Amino acid sequence: MSGLPPYASPLQITWYYGFRVICALIFFFLIMPIMVILPLSFNASDFFTFTPEMLRLDPDGYSLKHYEDFFTNSDWQQALYNSVRIAPVATLLSTSLGTLAAIGLSQRHVPFRGAIMAILISPMIVPLIISAAGMYFFYSRIGLQGTYWGVVLSHAALGTPFVIITVTATLVGFDQSLVRASASLGANPVTTFFKVQMPLIIPGVISGALFAFITSFDEVVVVLFVGSAGEKTLPWQMFTGLREQISPTILAVASVLITISIILLTVLELLRRRSERLRGMSPG
Amino acid sequence: MSETTAQDGPMLAADGTPLKVSLQRALRRQKLRAVFLIAPLLAFIVITFVMPIADMLYRSVENSIVPDTLPRTVAALEDWDATSGEMPPEEVFAAMHADLVIAEEKKIHTRVGSRLNYETPGISSLFRKTGRRADRMDEGNYREQFLDIDKDWGDVEVWATIKRYSGTVTAGYFLNAVDAELTAEGVQMKDEDERIYLYLLWRTMLLSTLITLACAVLGYPIAFLLANLPLRTSNLLMILVLLPFWTSLLVRTSSWIVLLQQQGVLNDTLVSLGIVGDQDRLELMYNQTGTIIAMTHILLPFMILPLYSVMKTISPSYVRAAKSLGATDWTAFWKIYFPNSLPGIGAGAVLVFILAIGYYITPELVGGTSGIFISNRIAYHISSSLHWGLAAALGVILLSVILIFYYVYDKIVGIDNVKLG
Repeated sequence: MSGLPPYASPLQITWYYGFRVICALIFFFLIMPIMVILPLSFNASDFFTFTPEMLRLDPDGYSLKHYEDFFTNSDWQQALYNSVRIAPVATLLSTSLGTLAAIGLSQRHVPFRGAIMAILISPMIVPLIISAAGMYFFYSRIGLQGTYWGVVLSHAALGTPFVIITVTATLVGFDQSLVRASASLGANPVTTFFKVQMPLIIPGVISGALFAFITSFDEVVVVLFVGSAGEKTLPWQMFTGLREQISPTILAVASVLITISIILLTVLELLRRRSERLRGMSPG
Repeated sequence: MSETTAQDGPMLAADGTPLKVSLQRALRRQKLRAVFLIAPLLAFIVITFVMPIADMLYRSVENSIVPDTLPRTVAALEDWDATSGEMPPEEVFAAMHADLVIAEEKKIHTRVGSRLNYETPGISSLFRKTGRRADRMDEGNYREQFLDIDKDWGDVEVWATIKRYSGTVTAGYFLNAVDAELTAEGVQMKDEDERIYLYLLWRTMLLSTLITLACAVLGYPIAFLLANLPLRTSNLLMILVLLPFWTSLLVRTSSWIVLLQQQGVLNDTLVSLGIVGDQDRLELMYNQTGTIIAMTHILLPFMILPLYSVMKTISPSYVRAAKSLGATDWTAFWKIYFPNSLPGIGAGAVLVFILAIGYYITPELVGGTSGIFISNRIAYHISSSLHWGLAAALGVILLSVILIFYYVYDKIVGIDNVKLG
């Protein structure tokens, strides 16, 4: 795939460009649905499609009214407030517990490692509707259903597998002799953890935390069952907005969320590069 | 030094303990530390996740409501033979009266009615009607009085249903979930036109397979391109795969609604290009087409990422060697490259399939009636029809299917090797 050789036959040339056209079409399929939202969110009318004014690039065809609705409507603001109140706490819980467990799992002698791993990963494998149903029944019994903490705990449980997976992946590249070296120089385990191990695995921990955050921030199925109207989150409001009356404010919300995911993606990419640089410098 | 170098004694550590004991102690300490680190999360997951799932599993067979509400009736019915075709004796009616008076006081007679109504329609109203009047009945000759209230109490089938579902556990929900029912003659399939769940399960699997296939067909060229481009270019193009991956599921579903609607972007474009007439706009949404298109888009990154990581490890010298031995481009690809990339297809396909059959949100929003999955039916039974036992049984069936594929996934990829982005 490294360019065409000068002796390529016409068939090879056709295939070379044909393949690139196919790939471009698939990339278009991947990106276009997301990109089409952004201009439409500035639509001056309440339609989900481009108006003739928009296509003529007439300023009258564009407006910020959907954004205005999002930032002034109390339903949307309450939902945003709830999302911002729930996701960080769930992230903190799953990241701290998940990081500790990943460090424990990366040690050489762990009894029942496979079984423990299967249990810890299970929230990622079990379909959301089944998790939601189980939590709905069980949390009702113990009085957590319809409460703030019920939603936080359920979201934290859904986020931990991502923390485990990303931190475990970072620990594979971690040189255990550094821990021994630190201990031989007189550091206690806690100092070793914060001064030696943590700075090296922090990219994995942060990307795990981002996964956990986005899991909670985007989650709708479980919150529909475990939450009550008081814990209505942004995705919940979007879901009801899409199902009942298709309100064009959703386009503005979606554009805001797309911007957030672009920021997240950039942070992750920077972290990946940083850890690659660090890997490259460490011996072995 | 002289005592530690003695050849015949056990080898000793610096503090004088035998080396073997010292090592074992160190190993035990290491294990303890690992367990200590894992324990908080394990406890957390067990309480917040595993116990809820176990609770749901139990709900799929739990039937305590009938024996709890009607304990005397259940005991009195034990001697009655449901296949005899004869009405239960007077004691049974007396017991039912005693049970109903208590249940009516506690206002739970309607619950047992609706529980039994799942098995034999009509029982619910029978219980509601009779419960209200139970405490006004006269002493003695209860059978007559019951029949006065509703002649359905003379129906042997009603009593047979109560007897059949008088145990504390039942297979009834599971039978319902596979379109069967327990009748006096044993387990039988329901009538042809009442069977819905097996068909729904079949459709879920079929649509998931189609989505997986579509993802494989679209994902393979992309993964191939990314794996064979110089790193700088492929990292740039990778963003086009990762951006949808990181974008909210609801955002992507709403953009497909925007695109696929009858008055949506796609139809508008086709009309303005003159490809379809304004009158016959395509129905791309609220049917299976909508589900397949939107879910293929949503799950495509889950196919590309594992495929890419496998293709990245295929050495380009294999293909060069094949070509140097006279293979054409196609033969080199088909005989050398493709077989080497099969593990990636396997990993991606199983992952996409597992994720697809459990989907709820997207089919709910774009699937209409013909494009919904079994998950949607489970949600319906939990929040609308309140038929929780059936929802739990359907959930257990879906979970078992997923666990089978998860086991396969673990065998071919290993759950430790999952990579995210």
